Amino acid sequence: MHKHLPAAIFTALPAVPEPRECGPEPENFPRVNLPRAALTPYPRALARAIRAVMASAVPDRFDPGFGIYVHWPFCLSKCPYCDFNSHVRAKPVDEARYVSAFETELAHRARLTPGRVVSSVFFGGGTPSLMQPSTVAAILDAIGKHWSVSPGAEITLEANPTSVEAERFRGYRAAGVNRVSLGVQALNDADLKALGRLHTVAEAMAAVNTATSIFERASFDLIYARPNQTPQAWRAELKEALARAPEHLSLYQLTIEPETMFERLYNAGKLKMPDPDTGRDLWDVTQELTGAAAMPAYEVSNHARKGAESRHNLTYWRYGEYAGVGPGAHGRIITPKGRKAQASERHPEMWLTVVESDGNGLVEDDLLNASEQADEFLLMGLRLTEGIEPKRFEAIAGRPLSGSRISSLVADGMIEMTPQGRIRVTNEGFPVLDSVVADLAG
Amino acid sequence: MVPCRAPLGEGAQSCYLADMSTETIDNIRNFSIVAHIDHGKSTLADRLIQTTGTVAARDMVEQVLDSMDIERERGITIKAQTVRLNYRAHDGKDYILNLMDTPGHVDFAYEVSRSLAACEGSLLVVDASQGVEAQTLANVYHALDAGHEIVPVLNKVDLPAAEPERIKQQIEDVIGLDASDAVAISAKTGLNIEGVLEAIVTRLPAPRGDRDAPLKALLVDSWYDAYLGVVVLVRIIDGTLRKHQKIRMMRADAHYEVEKIGVFRPKMLDVEELGPGEIGFITAQIKQVADTRVGDTITDERKGCLEPLPGFKPAQPVVFCGLFPVDAADFEELRAAIGRLRLNDASFSYEMESSAALGFGFRCGFLGLLHLEIIQERLSREFNLDLIATAPSVIYQIQMRDGTMIEMHNPADMPDVMKIEEIREPWIKATILTPDEHLGAILKLCQDRRGIQVDLNYVGARAMLVYDLPLNEVVFDFYDRLKSISRGYASFDYVLVDYRAGDLVKMSILVNAEPVDALSMLVHRDRADTRGRAMVEKLRELIPQHMFQIPVQAAIGGKIIARETIRALRKDVTAKCYGGDATRKRKLLDKQRAGKKKMRQFGKVEIPQEAFIAALKMDA
Repeated sequence: MHKHLPAAIFTALPAVPEPRECGPEPENFPRVNLPRAALTPYPRALARAIRAVMASAVPDRFDPGFGIYVHWPFCLSKCPYCDFNSHVRAKPVDEARYVSAFETELAHRARLTPGRVVSSVFFGGGTPSLMQPSTVAAILDAIGKHWSVSPGAEITLEANPTSVEAERFRGYRAAGVNRVSLGVQALNDADLKALGRLHTVAEAMAAVNTATSIFERASFDLIYARPNQTPQAWRAELKEALARAPEHLSLYQLTIEPETMFERLYNAGKLKMPDPDTGRDLWDVTQELTGAAAMPAYEVSNHARKGAESRHNLTYWRYGEYAGVGPGAHGRIITPKGRKAQASERHPEMWLTVVESDGNGLVEDDLLNASEQADEFLLMGLRLTEGIEPKRFEAIAGRPLSGSRISSLVADGMIEMTPQGRIRVTNEGFPVLDSVVADLAG
Repeated sequence: MVPCRAPLGEGAQSCYLADMSTETIDNIRNFSIVAHIDHGKSTLADRLIQTTGTVAARDMVEQVLDSMDIERERGITIKAQTVRLNYRAHDGKDYILNLMDTPGHVDFAYEVSRSLAACEGSLLVVDASQGVEAQTLANVYHALDAGHEIVPVLNKVDLPAAEPERIKQQIEDVIGLDASDAVAISAKTGLNIEGVLEAIVTRLPAPRGDRDAPLKALLVDSWYDAYLGVVVLVRIIDGTLRKHQKIRMMRADAHYEVEKIGVFRPKMLDVEELGPGEIGFITAQIKQVADTRVGDTITDERKGCLEPLPGFKPAQPVVFCGLFPVDAADFEELRAAIGRLRLNDASFSYEMESSAALGFGFRCGFLGLLHLEIIQERLSREFNLDLIATAPSVIYQIQMRDGTMIEMHNPADMPDVMKIEEIREPWIKATILTPDEHLGAILKLCQDRRGIQVDLNYVGARAMLVYDLPLNEVVFDFYDRLKSISRGYASFDYVLVDYRAGDLVKMSILVNAEPVDALSMLVHRDRADTRGRAMVEKLRELIPQHMFQIPVQAAIGGKIIARETIRALRKDVTAKCYGGDATRKRKLLDKQRAGKKKMRQFGKVEIPQEAFIAALKMDA
């Protein structure tokens, strides 16, 4: 078995896709016209490291893939609930300068990840739909120059559902984007306003229609468990959303994050958030309706028709490799020394300066020890309904999962073993996942 | 004048102290300060130290005398401390004023009585707007019992709300002291501190003593110093104490040779000898504080005095509890820490204990509940240990059918009930002073706690209640309850009187159907239902929700007497995943782990450490 590896990891899978239980069907995708780089041979030490770190002795039916995350940190305005790395600039952003900094970061990450085949690219933010399509094209060109890109690669861009941005959709498509994720957030105008969104429901739905006509794939986000939201109101809103939904929906419960406007309002007693019991009722409504509409959760907050799961996000949750470029972007890559956690400088202008002077924007570049990797593997993997492969945990952690903790959680109905021997969280376990993971991780 | 030298580390500083000869005993004044908690005792002490030039202005810190962090934060004094002030009075004579700072809590009533016994007078400090309060009243009676002359001092007279005339009248009415000559001051601004110093000199009596008699000195207090070993605070009654003198502790029957002798200014300053009426310290190669007994009499080894000083009582722990590390791996650290604390505090005792649920720990004895909390706090603060304290218990006498008698202070050691003839519990005589308006509520509290009224009469406008109470009803939260229902105005003091038979049963607490031995306790059968219900209600609030439902029950033998249910956790899942930022999630997991480390696992249930002690505090 060892003999087939590591080549099997990176070359065989994207070219000849294995039958998958979920993940997009590559053959449904039109070819993306990206230049393909020749496979770069890589050193033996790296091969050994990959074997060790990826626990390559443990084949997983679910291919983690290799993804690239590109962070565009600018927004027209800051939403009051958002604690992502986003910034508002009064003057137009010098996109050309950012393009060359992205090219520099991509070249740097490519040197660290020779031989990988890109299975997904994700433009996140901030608001990536504020980028000129030519900027997106230049970044994708740079990716194609440095890596081999799988023919079925999923190229996603996050977009605001406004008419202005919808005008750029064709340009993004031409650049190679084949999937958009729209930040619709709510289906009533009052709540959109309360969430600080700049669009109306009508505008958002028009953008969804435009997107589905232009892109092969589309998804939109809703935020629920909003202040004063009742399960009845959410039921009606979600029904409408499912009627209009493309193949994929992200449904996030609103949380109060540190250093946001919502946190200040909440602490001042001006925001009435649903209590945990209502939060659970809202959660139950979500599972019930999405299940009935054949869009069940495949991850805590993500729902898709069969085969329409986000390839890129699966890479995170399957604890695969991903390179992150741009201000505040995070990455996990495997080097000859082991798996590394990387993060770039968060402040956009500072990031530019650092990249231009140092050739990369990394402010974190740390090797993860076995127990840190084991924690991350569980934290990410148990979010998926497909669950985790216990042998892969063992190979990463250097120890098996605790048998007594497993049997106790099974007895409580929180987790279950699949016939294939995977461990997955049950419907009862998902709403209390943080406790389940803390318990299983020990 | 005789030269003296500074202790270690004081550099080249030197000074001259008034020569101690038989004539100068008239120039000594030993005094303590009686005050309610916020009435300015520490500030006045600071001002006296400053005004007499004892500490240079640049070295002043607030509350010079409270040296432990816990003392400063809680505003309580745990160890007696003293400072010697030199003062040239208006009569042109030089005086030595020894200010004795006494502990201020009922747990340390014995230590207080010994500190007061070392002085001849007290300043009664009363806030000129708030007037006499309960704590003041209790302490002033202690001082009167010690035969003190008392000088009333009205503090904060500079404040607009000050009503000195009304407060003077109140002092006369309530305490029966002539307050017409009360000294009006502001400790904060330094107003009339001279007046206080003059009053100490002119109105308090000088000590009396015979320099030629055999040495007779009172052991006021003692503590452990990392550099010097055990330091003993002494008050000389008769005779003299010199360097290299061979001494005998009469009660402990231990012999030592005086090594260092000195006074506090407030730093230690060596002197050649201490004579009658003086207060100072000695060191004598004493290994641990347990070798010294507060209230003991120190005399000369060969030429000793005949009778020891009256009033000595051996330290007697009255409350016991188990102390266990939250993390069982910290047991050895706990052992070392307890050993170190014991060096400095002889009044608590300990022995190893093992619990089915908590593993290895120590059974410790304390003077009272505050003492218990202080030790616990010092262990966690000074030694960075996370501890679980089990239900406090008193010492029960168990009369067995076979005629033997067992002393039990851990409910886990309760023998088979079939073999028990009777269980006897300690009773106290409690004296409570309270303003009239709280009397009803306090009477009810005493009745609820199985009290028997012995006496009720009035001291001025205040009621004085005397009650016999079972100690086990008092150790948990009686003092807290009393303070709360009287809004801080009632004072409380007690003495152990005897053991009486009682209908006592062992109440067990079951969490998720498993008994938690650390929470079991002995209760009176009539009180079991109330206590059981209060315990399970408290625990329901203190134990966090789990992924499953948890029954919490109180039981006597096999019979469940109270039950509460902790509902299963319904939702706690992080909705968003922040792209590939796994680090953020991992940090949250680490935080959850840190939280779990502060809890102890019982079966499948994690109980937070604070639940053990908090569960015992009952609300009304």
